[in-house]
Amino acid sequence: MELIDFFTDYTLRTITLGTAVLGAICGMLGSFAVLRKQSLLGDAISHAALPGIALAFLFTGLKDSNVLLLGALISGFIGTVWIRGIVTKTHLKTDTALGLILSLFFGFGELVLSYLKKQPDANQAGLDKYLFGQAATLVQSDVIVMIIVTGISLVVMLLFWKEFKLLLFDKNYAMTLGFNTRFIDGLISFFIVLAIVIGLQTVGVVLMSAMLLAPAAAARQWTNSLGTMVILAAVFGTFSGVFGTGISASYNNLSTGPVIVLVAAVFVGVSFIFSPSRGVLFKQIRLIRNRRDLELKKTLYFMYGIVEKHEDISRPHSIKILNGFQGFTRGTLKTLSDKSWITIKGQDWSLTEEGFQTAANLYNTNMPES
Amino acid sequence: MNAELAIILIACLTAVACAIPGVFLVLRKMALISDAISHSILPGIVIGFFITEDLASPWLILLAAFSGIITVVLVEAIQKTGLVKEDTAIGLVFPALFSIGVLLIAIYANDIHLDTDAVLVGRLEYAAFDKLMIDHVSYGPKSMWTISITLVITLALLFAFYKELKLSTFDIGLSSALGFSPVVLHYGLMSVASVTTVVSFDAVGAILVVALMIAPAAAAYLLTTDLKKMIVLSILFGIMSAIGGYYFAVWLDASISGSITTVLGLIFLLVYLFAPTKGLIAVLFRQKRQRTEVSLLTFLLHLNNHDSIEERRVAHLHEHINWGKVRAKTVLELAQKNNMITMQDEVVSLTNKGLKFTEKALDYIITNKDEQIEDMKDDFFLFRG
Repeated sequence: MELIDFFTDYTLRTITLGTAVLGAICGMLGSFAVLRKQSLLGDAISHAALPGIALAFLFTGLKDSNVLLLGALISGFIGTVWIRGIVTKTHLKTDTALGLILSLFFGFGELVLSYLKKQPDANQAGLDKYLFGQAATLVQSDVIVMIIVTGISLVVMLLFWKEFKLLLFDKNYAMTLGFNTRFIDGLISFFIVLAIVIGLQTVGVVLMSAMLLAPAAAARQWTNSLGTMVILAAVFGTFSGVFGTGISASYNNLSTGPVIVLVAAVFVGVSFIFSPSRGVLFKQIRLIRNRRDLELKKTLYFMYGIVEKHEDISRPHSIKILNGFQGFTRGTLKTLSDKSWITIKGQDWSLTEEGFQTAANLYNTNMPES
Repeated sequence: MNAELAIILIACLTAVACAIPGVFLVLRKMALISDAISHSILPGIVIGFFITEDLASPWLILLAAFSGIITVVLVEAIQKTGLVKEDTAIGLVFPALFSIGVLLIAIYANDIHLDTDAVLVGRLEYAAFDKLMIDHVSYGPKSMWTISITLVITLALLFAFYKELKLSTFDIGLSSALGFSPVVLHYGLMSVASVTTVVSFDAVGAILVVALMIAPAAAAYLLTTDLKKMIVLSILFGIMSAIGGYYFAVWLDASISGSITTVLGLIFLLVYLFAPTKGLIAVLFRQKRQRTEVSLLTFLLHLNNHDSIEERRVAHLHEHINWGKVRAKTVLELAQKNNMITMQDEVVSLTNKGLKFTEKALDYIITNKDEQIEDMKDDFFLFRG
């Protein structure tokens, strides 16, 4: 694929726009799913949508994606309700409930799909695309539906921003303030289900949950503000969609879903490692720096212990007597003298007045930061 | 051996092999790890298939099971960084690995007899025809051999480490204090789950293997709290669904593994609704009864507190305790049936028995022993709410 194709090829433009919009809405709503610790609910819902698609086709005989997605919405909703029923009414835990609904609904969906496949009219071909997604099947009307849904959820999110945020971080407080938490809860869940359902055609049942999670998990690493996180997640989602579509369009045989998911996974990996405040890399660097600082102070305190016994603070001592003490290296010695806590003369060192004071106050919590 | 029998046998063996680790996964609240493993062994299977070109090869099984273990390690590593919660970690790892597997299949589609559809649901229909041939002598279907061997190993491990597994599942603190390393048991269980998943993968596919692991165990868990009974019940449910699923699929002319899952789903639904003490209907019934009984208690306490005739008129009571008509009627009837109250000219008064009950209940409430009231109800009530 040449770059120029992108601007001239109408189909590709439609598809790219579709996946970009999808990435945006998934990132946006996925932020809420991740923060509500409902990451895997998305997985269960998207699998639970399969029988809805298959049954919608079985009963209507239509392959119109809106009809099928309506079926998906209904069966996804039934799955969600049943999960809640299992968790609240029995002693089975959330993970079991999610795994149950996910696999049982999916299996039932597969049963209906395989039944459809054996039917004499071959009209059902193409339902398989809902398993892994095929962005190439997106047409303009699908993209318009996506844009409308995204628009509505954006408006609702902005209208209920305060309520959503409150519910997310302090549900009990929201209750005492008199908010109808059940309604708000339902509203968030509904939009998450909606985002999953409209993504099924592009990303597919199996991988849809990652589309929801990955941009949000990546965005979470860069910020502690909900607003920034939602925007960042939408941006990551959009880029995953666009890059994923680009890559999958350049090779013939690739499903879009897996490619988009892998691109999103790269975003997550980079965020996990390179995020300045939470990332693994900088955390490790900070850890090493802190450890060095500790060693330095340990050495200083050891010196203080020696000097303390003598009347004259600045009396030189031999470096040799530091040997065998673990915190000591040539480097630390140099750093200490750079901080003008000690002075080094030949093979001897002596504590300065400043160094003596610092060491004396080392374990006082109110010591000013050196 | 004819094909029908072979398919049923493979399905049953798979169901049993999955049910055993499934019980422990459900009890350890790790049900979703099975989902993660079943997805992320795919790249292992594909790469193994490149090397061995045989889905039943032991090397492929080991390689794929190894990628299952890697998933567990990866999930735990991500979790340990504290960057995201456990469920998000699971949700990030397996789709990524699964995507790699799907893309590998897509790219090398011509060289490889795996298609993405089969990856999800397996092909039990064909498993019976892939015979193990040694020196041109057929020894039955390959997958039957692999599953049987896995099952034997699983059973042997189960019998050998039953006590340790039980202990570490229910009391991880005590188990590590006694010197049974939870880490070894954890990874042991994960390894068994991985191997079982890989072996079952060919027959039932990535997602249905999750159903075979979780659903029988979950249904059994609603029926019993005894570990041994739970294992036996899960195995039973697994076998029932395998046999029932086969015939249902033949009748419908549809996918066998999909049909097995559907039967499993029906079994779970029935148990979920009708389980004697933990099923939905039993729970709803119990909740309703408790609501009525608490109302009754409130009502009796109210009577105990107010002596004046005005306060004890039925109409007034409705108003005072703020109940709907139906609820008030249920409570009044229950109280009368149990000889707690008598009614005269619309005025309610406590009987001696009612008085005794109320005062004893009040005693328990004041001394913070509310739970004793439950036992007391058995002594006083002829009829429950």
